[in-house]
Amino acid sequence: MIYLRLFFAFFKIGLFSVGGGLATIPFLQELSARTGWFTVAELTNMLAVAESTPGPIGINTATYVGYTTAGLIGGVIATLGILAPALIVGAVIATMMSRFRESEKVKMVFSGLRPASVAMIAAAGAGVAALVFLRTDAYRETGSLLSLLDWKAVVLALAVFALTRVKKLSKVHPALFIVIGAAVGIVFHFAG
Amino acid sequence: MAFLIKLFYTFAKIGLFTFGGGYAMLPMLQRELVDNQGWATEDELMDYYAIGQCTPGIIAVNTATFVGYKERGFWGALFATLGLVFPSLVIITAIAAFISNFAELQVVKDAFAGIRAVVCVLILNSVIKLWKQGVKDKAGIAIFAAVFCLALFTDVSKVIIVLLAGVAGYVTASLRKGAAK
Repeated sequence: MIYLRLFFAFFKIGLFSVGGGLATIPFLQELSARTGWFTVAELTNMLAVAESTPGPIGINTATYVGYTTAGLIGGVIATLGILAPALIVGAVIATMMSRFRESEKVKMVFSGLRPASVAMIAAAGAGVAALVFLRTDAYRETGSLLSLLDWKAVVLALAVFALTRVKKLSKVHPALFIVIGAAVGIVFHFAG
Repeated sequence: MAFLIKLFYTFAKIGLFTFGGGYAMLPMLQRELVDNQGWATEDELMDYYAIGQCTPGIIAVNTATFVGYKERGFWGALFATLGLVFPSLVIITAIAAFISNFAELQVVKDAFAGIRAVVCVLILNSVIKLWKQGVKDKAGIAIFAAVFCLALFTDVSKVIIVLLAGVAGYVTASLRKGAAK
């Protein structure tokens, strides 16, 4: 029964990939080699789509792999499979958190976790920013510092940053800026 | 029931405007959960994110589960999570069925390049907001700096980083208490 196998394959991936969607990639490569449900080339294409569409990358990939393997229902089953462990673990932790939240010791531990959490988000953002704004291949080719930056992206980012810092615009929904980014990207051919 | 539908709808909106990993979801979470609905505080978002880094499952799903569970128990968690993945299911299925070369389309590449530049700015704004809320003293700044370097320049597992930060928080908080006595 392909649906059951899909569910358990993705349940396992959800259970063992700790720390975000990109952590699922090695598991998916292994799944491809073991079952032959999809090829590694297909997987590469699916990851590219998962990254350039809305939604968490891990979920997008599960839906895509499920659909490729067993059609519409396959996509739904694989998605449910990958989110089931997070749902179960999340419910357990949420219960524990509501019970231990007021404990003095837990508060002390969280006083270290919060700065760490901000730092991990900042590091993830810095990693993405390096990919978006720096063009290291162009710099290596020309040796000119001017070619190191992707100027279109830099100008857009500075403009959006200035707009989001204006007090009156602080109520503007972040989604609107994402839509603006897509429009500007299309009009000014950001991908080159 | 009406509240469960609201949970579903709110997380569907968050899923629809999340491009990238769990961190890219943060600006949407702050706006929808903290500012608009009051379902979580900035502190809680930081806690969820730290826990999500070291528990099984996709961080975005963990966060949806935590918030949903806190508001309405198991059914709340289920509706929030299903809401979060609903846009993915629809969009990916449509692309898989009809547009096999989606990621190679020029218009998609251009749009995504624009979106990524904006997402960087939105994350920066989120970090500024969280910094004000979560990094309050010298110990906090030291933990921030250490974790930032570890996460950006090394392959040390996030699980280890979170555990170390928890220990550091516990130790510095007890030292502070000791000094106050």
